[in-house]
Amino acid sequence: MTLPANIDETVELLARGNYVADRSLATVIFLALKMGRPLLLEGEAGVGKTEIAKVLADALGRRLIRLQCYEGLDTGAAVYEWNYQAQMIEIRLAEAEGVGDRTELGKDVFSERFLIRRPILQALEPAVEGPPVLLIDELDRTDEPFEAYLLEVLSDFQVSVPEIGTIKAEHPPIVIVTSNRTREIHDALKRRCLYHWVDYPDAERELAILKLKAPGTPEKLSREIVAFVQKLRGLDLYKNPGIAETIDWAEALTALDAVSLDRQSVNDTLGALLKYQDDIARVAGSEAARILEEIRMAAAAE
Amino acid sequence: MEAGSGRLSENILHFARVLRRAGLRVGPRQVLDAVEAVETAGIGRREDFYWTLHATLVKRHEEQELFAQAFHVFWRNPKLLDKMMSLMLPEIETPPGATEEEKSRRLAEALFGEGTQHIEEEPVVEIDRSETFSKEELLRTRDFEKMSVAELAEAKAAIARLRLTLDEARTRRTRPAARGHLVDMRATLRATLRSGGVIPLRRRDYRRRRPPLVVLCDISGSMSAYARVFLHFLHALTNDRDRVHVFLFGTRLTHVTRELKHRDVDEALARVAARVEDWDGGTRIGETLHRFNVDWARRVLGQGATVLLVTDGLDRDAGEGVAAEIARLHRSSRRLIWLNPLLRYERFEPKALGVKAILPHVDEFRPVHNIASLASLVEALSDAHIGRKPERSGRREAA
Repeated sequence: MTLPANIDETVELLARGNYVADRSLATVIFLALKMGRPLLLEGEAGVGKTEIAKVLADALGRRLIRLQCYEGLDTGAAVYEWNYQAQMIEIRLAEAEGVGDRTELGKDVFSERFLIRRPILQALEPAVEGPPVLLIDELDRTDEPFEAYLLEVLSDFQVSVPEIGTIKAEHPPIVIVTSNRTREIHDALKRRCLYHWVDYPDAERELAILKLKAPGTPEKLSREIVAFVQKLRGLDLYKNPGIAETIDWAEALTALDAVSLDRQSVNDTLGALLKYQDDIARVAGSEAARILEEIRMAAAAE
Repeated sequence: MEAGSGRLSENILHFARVLRRAGLRVGPRQVLDAVEAVETAGIGRREDFYWTLHATLVKRHEEQELFAQAFHVFWRNPKLLDKMMSLMLPEIETPPGATEEEKSRRLAEALFGEGTQHIEEEPVVEIDRSETFSKEELLRTRDFEKMSVAELAEAKAAIARLRLTLDEARTRRTRPAARGHLVDMRATLRATLRSGGVIPLRRRDYRRRRPPLVVLCDISGSMSAYARVFLHFLHALTNDRDRVHVFLFGTRLTHVTRELKHRDVDEALARVAARVEDWDGGTRIGETLHRFNVDWARRVLGQGATVLLVTDGLDRDAGEGVAAEIARLHRSSRRLIWLNPLLRYERFEPKALGVKAILPHVDEFRPVHNIASLASLVEALSDAHIGRKPERSGRREAA
């Protein structure tokens, strides 16, 4: 699958992958693909940032390589590691056979045969179907030293292994970096990337997403769910429900055979939507009833 | 487009300059990117053009609003695309007219220079209101130069001596260490190759690092005498170590870390003064803590942050909502230290509602009203072992 030639084709490409994207996102994805630049996606948890990389890999027929970041992530887990057990055995065998030349043995042990490739190194390898999609997920979870290292990799798309030398990608991978903004990503890295803030979708787009992702949900219920969630996002909660939560909630309600929202079903299933006790306590009961009433009025007015 | 790209780049360059003056961090690299991006995407629809420039020139979420305003002012002419095809420079608005309020002042200044700014010096009447509330929000720019020479000298001398030292927490990263807890396989293997026979174990241990420090400092009227000195201390702190986040609050919350990062203390404080709009007004502790919890807590309290809350606990809203917000803040920070200048009074009693609400939720409670207490604060911060043991010197037991 070749890369899209313009923004319209990018919208189509994403639609084929069942991703309902607005035009701003399609524009930035098109630019990232065309200019060969990493794409930094920021946004609240659950707005579908990770999904973008998956859909892109799928739609382009490329391999998806995912690097999940966490505190303390180091090169051993992100780039490469030596297979120490195999190396030890190799040394023992060599000694048993009476190989005397230690320099030669060293060269042999530190060869590609004993190299374990982690995500970043894998992403630099040539692939038949074209360069892979490298997803660096939740970069904000790792620490600044790793960010600095990543900056180096993203600049040149090469990695140096002291024992072997430099490994350089013939064709750079498509890089998608996501961040939930639990801390600010360093400016230097941001400058390397194209930036996009992934926002909560508007009602129309959220309804389209819900239809695609939870097709079993009755039409009326879907519309009420979306209206309810959109109202919730205006309430200044600690954690606004994301699209992932909307889908979960729709599935929960459908599983309970609900055909429309009422106080009882909302209160019973609020845990699928809100993940903080403070938020649940605030919304459950009278607040939920008020929102339901508003939705009903709005629906009647239409 | 070939012949026109020169002019187009010029316009983009001009636009970038406007953005830069409006406060966005747009470097030469971004401008080159923007030109390349526009050439790549082509100029079809206005919306696409908007998002193409947006992808390259905006690097943080907060900048979106300003970018949107700048874009619509700068490329305002609806016939823009035709004009660009015919290689015209975009028309820039003539100086501000009736629609002025709609535009952000920052943007207006960036477009038309500094001329629109009028700061009138109000005569300052010194009233001691260290224990009173002021009802209205006094929106004015605080003049730091009014700080007395003696005061300044004293503060500077003291601050020069104050450094946080051993406040460290274990990270998940490792470093080579002779008696470490972990085996360093790579080094061990290399050593094996050299020696043969016995395997000489090489070791590593966890690296230690200073955790983030978040300061929430009250700058309302009742705190004013104190806040001036404390800002000097915060400046020293911000420049001495990484991962310090400073917020000032009165009736609203202002993030001033970037302003404080300026090396020169006078310059830094001048920038802070220009940024903050609610000096010496009232205090709304519950409301500002709520804003912090919602907007910032997840972003700055990661990786085991220590929180310094600097306030006298006197609240205009009579402690409304304070308890719930301080409880949340306490749950999301590793260590919450309350610094209260009112503790300098021997018979301080936690009578104010705000004070009563905060007390149960702090790990430590200390006075900060002079250099000596600042120094002891530094000691407390440096000694990680004090940890969560509440320290309540200079205060009677809470009722």
